Amino acid sequence: MLEVKDVHSYYGNIHALKGINLTVNEGEVVTLIGGNGAGKSTTLRTISGLMRPRVGSMTFEGENLISFEPHQLVSKGIALVPEGRGVFAKLTVEENLEMGAFHRNDTAGIRADIEKSYELFPRLGERRSQLAGTMSGGEQQMLAVTRALMSQPRLLLMDEPSMGLAPVLVDVIFDAIESINKEGVTILLVEQNAHLALQVAHRGYVLQTGEIVLTDEAKALQTNPVVQKAYLGMDH
Amino acid sequence: MGRGFLKRLNWVDAFLYVLRIVIIVLVIYGAYNTLSSDKYTADQWLGLIMSGLAQGSIYALIALGYTLVYGILLMINFAHGEIFMAGAFTAVFAAEGLARAGWLETPVKATISILLLVLLASTVSMVLAILLERIAYRPLRGAPRLVPLITAIGASFFLQYTFKGFYGSGFKSYPLVPMLQGGIPIGAFSIPKVQVVVITLAIVLMAGLYFLVERTKIGKAMRAVSENKEVARLMGINIDRVIVFTFMVGGALAGAAGVINGLYRPQGVNFFMGFFPGIKAFTAAVLGGIGSVPGALIGGLLLGVFESIGPNLVLDGLGITGANQLKDVIAFSLLVLVLIFRPQGIVGEKLSEKKA
Ligand SMILES: Nc1ncnc2c1ncn2[C@@H]1O[C@H](COP(=O)(O)OP(=O)(O)O)[C@@H](O)[C@H]1O
Ligand SMILES: [Mg+2]
Repeated sequence: MLEVKDVHSYYGNIHALKGINLTVNEGEVVTLIGGNGAGKSTTLRTISGLMRPRVGSMTFEGENLISFEPHQLVSKGIALVPEGRGVFAKLTVEENLEMGAFHRNDTAGIRADIEKSYELFPRLGERRSQLAGTMSGGEQQMLAVTRALMSQPRLLLMDEPSMGLAPVLVDVIFDAIESINKEGVTILLVEQNAHLALQVAHRGYVLQTGEIVLTDEAKALQTNPVVQKAYLGMDH
Repeated sequence: MGRGFLKRLNWVDAFLYVLRIVIIVLVIYGAYNTLSSDKYTADQWLGLIMSGLAQGSIYALIALGYTLVYGILLMINFAHGEIFMAGAFTAVFAAEGLARAGWLETPVKATISILLLVLLASTVSMVLAILLERIAYRPLRGAPRLVPLITAIGASFFLQYTFKGFYGSGFKSYPLVPMLQGGIPIGAFSIPKVQVVVITLAIVLMAGLYFLVERTKIGKAMRAVSENKEVARLMGINIDRVIVFTFMVGGALAGAAGVINGLYRPQGVNFFMGFFPGIKAFTAAVLGGIGSVPGALIGGLLLGVFESIGPNLVLDGLGITGANQLKDVIAFSLLVLVLIFRPQGIVGEKLSEKKA
């Protein structure tokens, strides 16, 4: 479904991605784990069109992605839940969801999907006319995830959805990730919390200073000594 | 060194504090003197307030253009006064034609004519605002904030002299509309009809804008883009389109304000006519809190009323003669005072909260 080949991205002179190769197949949950500053967010920013790679190619369902603007990629079926949630603080919960559906024109369908978001996270329904900025971090993450779903993506990119959340809420979000995937949405999940990510993912990639150093089935990565030592905090 | 800085800071704070008290005392003392001397009748005060509100609603319409653009691009479009001028100056020719054809005579014809003029001026100003964004500002997006500011000032001169080239440098006037002459009696008072019409038109336009920004999809997208451009793009919003739309709306309101201004103050139509209203409207936007739509409304009305009653109420009471010629002083003193004491304006948020 998504094919990233030898992608190099830069911030000015900083060489942040040094030849990334990764594949995401339809229906999968694939995770990209790595420490702080490894280039996880940069990878997602590059795929979603916020950054242009200087070298490399990216295709989505066979179509070349490079040279599309982010708003065009949304209508092609790629949505990103950004790092730090990025809800519109001064818009209400419902207005945030409407913005997620910006490229759609099927009013009735949008309405139905908004109600579906409230079913997935009843908390959002209770706060539908509240300004998003007044909600807790966990509620904002619920909003960020459902807002991205409003665009009806086939590939959902998520950047550290567990960041800064209490453990209970992390569970809520990760349960939602699994059920979203069961409904047929393919997911590329970026996490620092490798332990959690490898539990929900089918396959994983390990990123280190801008390079993929390891890739395998999620189960195999969980028992891989290198991963255990560096990312799962286990000592052998 | 750190100590010296602290000392100096305290000294400046103390000075500003004293200044604040002095101003408050002067304003209260002046107002008290005027009111206790019974120099003006209630009728006159009402007249001043109404003309202040009429003038203020014109400021507010122009101020909206500054505030909308600032809200989205954090940029002050100093050529906005010229956008206002362009609509007003173009429509004056059409107004003269309509007057010659007798289309300002009966109330029905005059109403149609005024609406047509508003439409014409709005269209001209809107097109110009779009061109300005496309040609002068878009290529500079991402440049340091001083760069588009300087460009805006350049664009402002460019537009003034282009219109001078097109239409000449003489002064023109809007024809008088018979329907708008005279007053509407309310009890013992009488309010000029034209003021009522000006205020009504402004209210209708502002209500329309409010609906647009709060309720429509594009209005919500404007608010989203003004809050976070990157996330807005991730939502599928084409931010270039939203920015152009914002300039369009601001331009259309400025053009409409040009005609409304022509009904209220028919004289003085020429290529330079945008300068003072532009600065006054900018003052109004800052006073209300730049970036805020209700702020532009409140700022515009307050500035209009301050300008109108301020000279008589405060300056007269302080024994300053010829106070009515000091209108502009009031506006600009107010701008400076707001910038010193409350840079975020009346309803605005602290500037530090906005990331540049
Ligand atoms: N805006 C930026 N400007 C310059 N360098 C950046 C910027 N954002 C990230 N970087 C650098 O790029 C590298 C990868 O960052 P990032 O993708 O954010 O890492 P991660 O998401 O894995 O923590 C880091 O070395 C970081 O310092
Ligand atoms: Mg990151």
